[in-house]
Amino acid sequence: MSQAKVPTWVNIALIPVLNIMLAFLVSGLVILAIGENPIEAAGYLIYGAFGYDEGIGYTLYYATNLIFTGLAVSVAFKGGLFNIGGEGQAYIGGLGVGLICLSLDHTMPFYVIAPLAIVGAAVFGAAWAYIPAYLQARRGSHIVITTIMFNFIASSLMVYLIVNWLKEDGRMAPNSRTFEENAWLPYLHELLSPLGIDIGDSPLNLAFIWALLCCVFVWGLVWHTRWGYQLRTLGTNPTAARYAGIDTAKVTIWAMLISGGLAGFVGLNEIMGVNHNLLLNFTAGYGFAGIAVALMGRNHPIGIILAAILFGALYQGGAELAFEIPTITPEIVVVIQGLVILFSGALEHMFKDRIEGYFIRRAVA
Amino acid sequence: MFETLILMLDATMRVSTPLIFAALAGLYSERAGIVDIGLEGKILGSAFAAAAAASIFGSAWIGLCFGIMASVGLAMIHGFACITHRGDHIVSGVAINTIVAGLTVTLSMHWFGMGGQTPALVGDARFLDITFPFADAIASVPVIGSIYSNLLSGHNILVYLAFLMVPVTYWVIYKTRFGLRLRAVGENPHAVDTAGISVSFIRYRALIICGILCGLAGAYLSTAHNAGFLKDMSAGKGYMALAALIFGKWRPVPVLLACLLFGFLDAFAVRMQGVVIPGIGEVPVQAIEVLPYVLTVLLLAGFIGKAIGPKAVGRPYVKERA
Repeated sequence: MSQAKVPTWVNIALIPVLNIMLAFLVSGLVILAIGENPIEAAGYLIYGAFGYDEGIGYTLYYATNLIFTGLAVSVAFKGGLFNIGGEGQAYIGGLGVGLICLSLDHTMPFYVIAPLAIVGAAVFGAAWAYIPAYLQARRGSHIVITTIMFNFIASSLMVYLIVNWLKEDGRMAPNSRTFEENAWLPYLHELLSPLGIDIGDSPLNLAFIWALLCCVFVWGLVWHTRWGYQLRTLGTNPTAARYAGIDTAKVTIWAMLISGGLAGFVGLNEIMGVNHNLLLNFTAGYGFAGIAVALMGRNHPIGIILAAILFGALYQGGAELAFEIPTITPEIVVVIQGLVILFSGALEHMFKDRIEGYFIRRAVA
Repeated sequence: MFETLILMLDATMRVSTPLIFAALAGLYSERAGIVDIGLEGKILGSAFAAAAAASIFGSAWIGLCFGIMASVGLAMIHGFACITHRGDHIVSGVAINTIVAGLTVTLSMHWFGMGGQTPALVGDARFLDITFPFADAIASVPVIGSIYSNLLSGHNILVYLAFLMVPVTYWVIYKTRFGLRLRAVGENPHAVDTAGISVSFIRYRALIICGILCGLAGAYLSTAHNAGFLKDMSAGKGYMALAALIFGKWRPVPVLLACLLFGFLDAFAVRMQGVVIPGIGEVPVQAIEVLPYVLTVLLLAGFIGKAIGPKAVGRPYVKERA
């Protein structure tokens, strides 16, 4: 093996950017194939996402969900665990938020409900991740399969609970009653307007700030604690971790608990921040999108924030694009997500090996 | 009571058909050591391609060909990532599922402009039900007549093909040289390599078969079971097939039984809607729907037997290393 080092910027910037460019290129070909101009489409997309205050607000609102699920996927991934269950954990986390809000909004003020809702989201999301984690750690069942199964179980459970127990009496729509306003997370535009700052009406709310705090938390936890070291050791080499005396089962379970808790916070943004009632299918694929975000962000909080904003921009810009060019559906965003997962995840060796080889050869020469 | 049972078994056959195709597809792939959670995407992609081609050319058979081509194409992307570039099998599978979910809607909007559907298929563009000889004549004979004319007769050709694929798969996997190598590649690729046989080539061939079978599953959904493509019409069938594959412990006949069980539960859930059982009350439909997934989790946890997959599954094979 060569001792020559590949420059850091190659790994954290060049290769991810190259992968994204390739994903965009292929998406451009798709747009070309359906007879539209990709350059024009990109123009609408960028304007929709960043061109005006409201658009930026929406972009960051979508990014909030993606930061949570991206962090969730990355914490598990650091420990060598592939958490496909973000969707289910986010869903059940939303149930936790909804139950807290529904039971306390008549009696308690906001500053009591909000912390409890955060705890509720984390506990419910973590609980949903605990079972697959326990089964993986103690009984050797594969976490990927069990988390997939748990996504379906979560979805059925929520339909059952909402339709049979939480639905508003006398209404057909499958959602709970709307919370009282003291159980709403304040919108950022409402918080900032007394200060004379106008950021346009958008669903961007306090959950965004919480998402940024979670990034700091994950950064500290993974890179600056003993537990984080154990987690990364487990992820890099499970056998070495075991020989080093790390209780791998315990680390596995805790990694998934934290991962599930983080995914659960999607409920905070969606249920408490925007919809203000408990409803079906509010997770809308954010759990899966988190995989793309984590892969693109190289499992680092800063990378995840950037990737989440990029994907948030795609969601918001995609909506604008679909409005301007009706033949392009917002689903084009899903295609781009898939391509990002393909190129920066499954096909990472396609470029990485060659580029690294080039830099190693250059360093040696 | 008997008639109800026959009708439910009849529905079971129809619902199980795509599961059988897809689960067998997964069987070839995973026996060769390639994890395939992209079954869902391949089914959806094929369902769309089949319905689109069937409505353009007016022939279900041409639709089937396009469905299979789309599905094999996706399987080849999976192979390119997992075999050629040693990528992570699960990441690649997730990527394929995601790409297809978006692409089918985008393309169907462009081609048909009907909000992510294809036009309703009529006549030759669909696989029609085959009535067995004398089915009508003996329909009134008690028990046998009902079994023959309702349960066995009156399905389309793909249903019979699905059931036929089970013994065929058994034969291929256990009785042919290719099958022996396929299993060996999934258990110990190094040994196969030492014997001078290309691991990659066997794995690619396994994925081609996997693609063909998923293509059949998808074409069945859109051109036989339904009359056209609907957005997200695979609705988790690929994952359920994966569950059936694990439940059947990667063996053709138990996999068939698992598919039939899951299909029966599905038919049962529809029947049970709103039915009140004395002493228990109304059983929630969701509780029955969720059973396959719960059973699979219990099985994986070793509470009801132990599910042990092929040894080398999910691991890229690197020639140089021991």
